[in-house]
Amino acid sequence: MALKERIVITGVGLTAPNGNSLPEFRHALLNNVSGVVKYQTRHMGEVLAGVCNFDELKYQKRKELRRGTRAGSIAIFCGNEALKDSGIDLENCEDADPRLKEIGVYLGITEHGNVETENEVWNLGEFKNDVKFWSHHHNPRTVANNPAGELCLNVGLKGPHMTVGAACAAGNYALITAAQNLILGDVKYALAGGISESIHTFGIFASFNSQGALAKLTAEQPDPTKASRPFDKNRSGIVCSEGGCVYVLETLSNALSRGAKIYGEIVGYGVNTDSTDFVLPNSERQAECMRLALAKADLTPAQIDIVNAHATGTPLGDEQEARAIHTVFGDYPNVRVNATKGFIGHCMGAAGALELAGNLPSFDDNLIHPTMNFTEFDDTCKFAGLVTEKPELTKSVKTIANMSSGMLGINTVVIVKKFEK
Amino acid sequence: MNKELIRQEVKDIIAAIVPDEDLSVMTNSGIIREEVNLDSMDFLDIIMELRKRHKVEVPEEDYKFFATLDSCADYLAPKMTHLTH
Repeated sequence: MALKERIVITGVGLTAPNGNSLPEFRHALLNNVSGVVKYQTRHMGEVLAGVCNFDELKYQKRKELRRGTRAGSIAIFCGNEALKDSGIDLENCEDADPRLKEIGVYLGITEHGNVETENEVWNLGEFKNDVKFWSHHHNPRTVANNPAGELCLNVGLKGPHMTVGAACAAGNYALITAAQNLILGDVKYALAGGISESIHTFGIFASFNSQGALAKLTAEQPDPTKASRPFDKNRSGIVCSEGGCVYVLETLSNALSRGAKIYGEIVGYGVNTDSTDFVLPNSERQAECMRLALAKADLTPAQIDIVNAHATGTPLGDEQEARAIHTVFGDYPNVRVNATKGFIGHCMGAAGALELAGNLPSFDDNLIHPTMNFTEFDDTCKFAGLVTEKPELTKSVKTIANMSSGMLGINTVVIVKKFEK
Repeated sequence: MNKELIRQEVKDIIAAIVPDEDLSVMTNSGIIREEVNLDSMDFLDIIMELRKRHKVEVPEEDYKFFATLDSCADYLAPKMTHLTH
């Protein structure tokens, strides 16, 4: 049941806590470079977070930065970098240029509006809660389409745009949505990926903390770079991070016609819902989602070279996902698994898109990046094939299955294949 | 009253709102929105900053007095005596 149109990735722009381009990010993943630091946040004080340091003024003027949001700023940086990387020429486009209507924007985000609302409530408190001091910018800053809309405004894009809400699976789901729109023929190009501005709220830290899900430093483990420990016996919770990754997607025929560089081909995807709990994942549904994606890709589990796990570093979440991975891939010793959150923390809506990017270069160099901070499994959370300690060199990497799940039980898998003519 | 202080304060507020603009082109009698690229949301930022910094309220029917720096100073002078005295 292959996709009705072949969809390929022809550009990448990203910012991660440990790199602001694909080469930088990849280098960090192959050389054990973390992006997790101690971070000060309102009301919570010191927390751990993945913090990005991209050049905010590379594609934005200071006024735009002031008027817009952090999510918009990340979208603008990543989207412009992706366009530049893709070779699509929008320089000196007249306002009426039809090319500006051919590009759709599909960005996943876990939540949006919290940063601005927290800031406005704080500001209001400074003025005795007099609502005359509530900003007129608040509505356009907090509408759910804000990050995608700001990217369009910045570049001058006039096609469709949307923000995809799917919790921590939003990045993957945005790629799926973009592929579907390309297959429909509604757009010629898609800017698709995920964004996270989450660390600029205190609320996400406070809520995870109240849930007992936030990774913390201890006397035995005082190093921030070791706090995020996917699948590890001593994992203690989530490190929240910001970040972004935007791809250019187009049909294969279009990419070939303009001689575009092709990073990979999206050959299958799966989306389903647990319908069991607000926060706890369900391994059976996750396994089912993987099988949906494999079926759509016309692939068997044995044909997957790398599985990138969602693996947030929570005791129960990783346990469920480990069971799903074992269920689907346990009989196939050639399948390798890695997880990225040990390096960069949990980039929320950007996670799926960024974590796929971290593995895409494997098609060229046949290296599989390790799972940072993993030392050993515990009895309830284990499976074969996890790449640990250092990169693993293989004969070839031709397929990547990228897993992302999120609250309210949303599961997504995107399968990307090495493009070979 | 020293209206120059008021004109300068309005210019400082505009500089914070449009930090990329060259405000050396502004004249006291020129139409502000012709000399500087300010849209309607920027204008509301000026009103908000006056409220926050100086506790000055500007009702909507008085927005017309913000056409030039001179007209701003004339309008704001009685409301900003803390600045000019």
